Amino acid sequence: MKIQQLSLFLENKPRTLRVPTKVLADAGINILTMSLADTEQFGILRLIVQDAPKAKAVLEKAGCVVNLTEVIAVEVPDRPGGLDGVLAVIEQSELNIEYVYSFTARKGDRAVMVFRFDNPDQALKTLTAKRVGVIAELEQLTKD
Amino acid sequence: MPEFKVENRVWDAEETMSRDQLRACQLERLRSCVARVSAVPFYKEALARLGVGPESIRTLDDIRRLPLTTKEDFRRNYPLGLLAVPREQVVRIHGSSGTTGKPVFVAYNTADMVLWSNLCARFLVAGGLRPEHMVHIAFGYGLFTGGFGLHQGVERVGAAIVPAAAGNTNRQILLLQDLKADVLICTPSYALNIAEVGREQGLRPGDLRLRYGHFGGEPWTEDMRVRIEAELGIHAFNNYGLSEVMGPGVSGECAVQKGMHLQEDHFLVECLNPDTLEPVSVGEKGELVITTLTKEAMPVLRYRTRDIAWLDSSPCPCGRTTVRMSRVVGRSDDMLIIRGVNVFPSQIEEALLRVEGTAPHYLIELDRPGAMDEAKVKVEIRPQDFSDRISELRALKGRIEREIGIITGIHIEVELVEPHSLERAVGKAKRVIDHRQVRMSDGSSPG
Repeated sequence: MKIQQLSLFLENKPRTLRVPTKVLADAGINILTMSLADTEQFGILRLIVQDAPKAKAVLEKAGCVVNLTEVIAVEVPDRPGGLDGVLAVIEQSELNIEYVYSFTARKGDRAVMVFRFDNPDQALKTLTAKRVGVIAELEQLTKD
Repeated sequence: MPEFKVENRVWDAEETMSRDQLRACQLERLRSCVARVSAVPFYKEALARLGVGPESIRTLDDIRRLPLTTKEDFRRNYPLGLLAVPREQVVRIHGSSGTTGKPVFVAYNTADMVLWSNLCARFLVAGGLRPEHMVHIAFGYGLFTGGFGLHQGVERVGAAIVPAAAGNTNRQILLLQDLKADVLICTPSYALNIAEVGREQGLRPGDLRLRYGHFGGEPWTEDMRVRIEAELGIHAFNNYGLSEVMGPGVSGECAVQKGMHLQEDHFLVECLNPDTLEPVSVGEKGELVITTLTKEAMPVLRYRTRDIAWLDSSPCPCGRTTVRMSRVVGRSDDMLIIRGVNVFPSQIEEALLRVEGTAPHYLIELDRPGAMDEAKVKVEIRPQDFSDRISELRALKGRIEREIGIITGIHIEVELVEPHSLERAVGKAKRVIDHRQVRMSDGSSPG
């Protein structure tokens, strides 16, 4: 199952991060995880929230530039070699990873990581075929 | 200012003819110019519409009956529609910035080239140039009239030329040191940049042979002159011109350095209120409107330069009888001069239009933290341009910068910013913020 990720354009200057976080707070939308990519001039804030379409609507209403991107939340065994095993599968399949970041929440005893692939559909097919756990619903995640 | 004095020398006798002689010469040349421009369909129609011809010119004041020419007229007659001679007689093309994607072209025949060289020789000699000198030219050579115009003037005087062209300041300093140039020709801000880089390299004033500098291509101030003269140990002279009427050589300073002598035997210069187009009183600021009296390939009637300056008709101790113009202290349009290159905000808009289909909101920011101009265009990113990939955003920035470079001829950095983050003035969008100190700050202005 692919997950909708929100991407926001942010200028690289003080206080810009507060704009979307405040909008989401006021709308009562919980941020499940996030990552911030920065360059010398601008940044891209990537967010996973419970209700992406609603979050996109409120953020755009507040003047933010928002994209929806498909990512895959992959279950990673929380032990030495856990991530390496997942990456080995991806390597064999010749999929390209554009970026990766982690969820703070887990699924049972497993860590969960967000993967952005160049070809999400192909990636999902491969991971499923190789029996790598993929999160279908964000509700499956548990908090510590 | 350096200790040594500049010897007053006049290039040719025409520079010192009496005002009466000069006026008679202007009147005769104006009539013949009006006759010559009739070969250009644009002028033929304009003159017919106004019902005027060479016979309508009885006094110099009758110039006000003639049609005005604007940059827009050059654009409408792109590329060479304003030619008054057969194309085969043209020996040179130059160009300047247009207000949109295309430049404005100007043309010269053999007589124009001789005239142009002489006009440049006049102000170069007035500002100390002698045949035995070595002259370092750090202007861009190309369509821009500055490089070739000054080059030909120096050649006419018979001095040696180092055509260093623009850029690579370290190499410029090496050439200045080793070839021991006496005269430096470039934009005033580049002269300061050379001084600054030289200082960083441990060079002291006097380490270079330089004695004179001729600077133009952008507005500058008396403050800048004082700094250039002190830091390079030279006499720094201002000169003025624009491609549409010739290039450099319209006017230049003499040893007195109190205004630029207009070469009135070849240019008839009016100073008008840019709104009413009525003449201002002598000494009052106005827009310079220039008629070429002797140019053959592309003569121009009453060209609206958009440059704001004032005129001084008091006699000059140097002996030249011509009226002097002040420094250019402003513009009556939105043209910007960035590192000596003319840039119109509409060109930036055109670049954005080409890259993105429609032009997003943008803001041009100019600053001069050191000697040189820094320019940046902030562009508000729109949802349809935004990508989750940093590489794509970088590529977008690169595409806009390339297109701006193609249209304006200079590199201007693009910064992508959030939507609605740029200031919007009520009614009209604010397109330019200029933090540079050179603008409109000439202390000697009477206005």
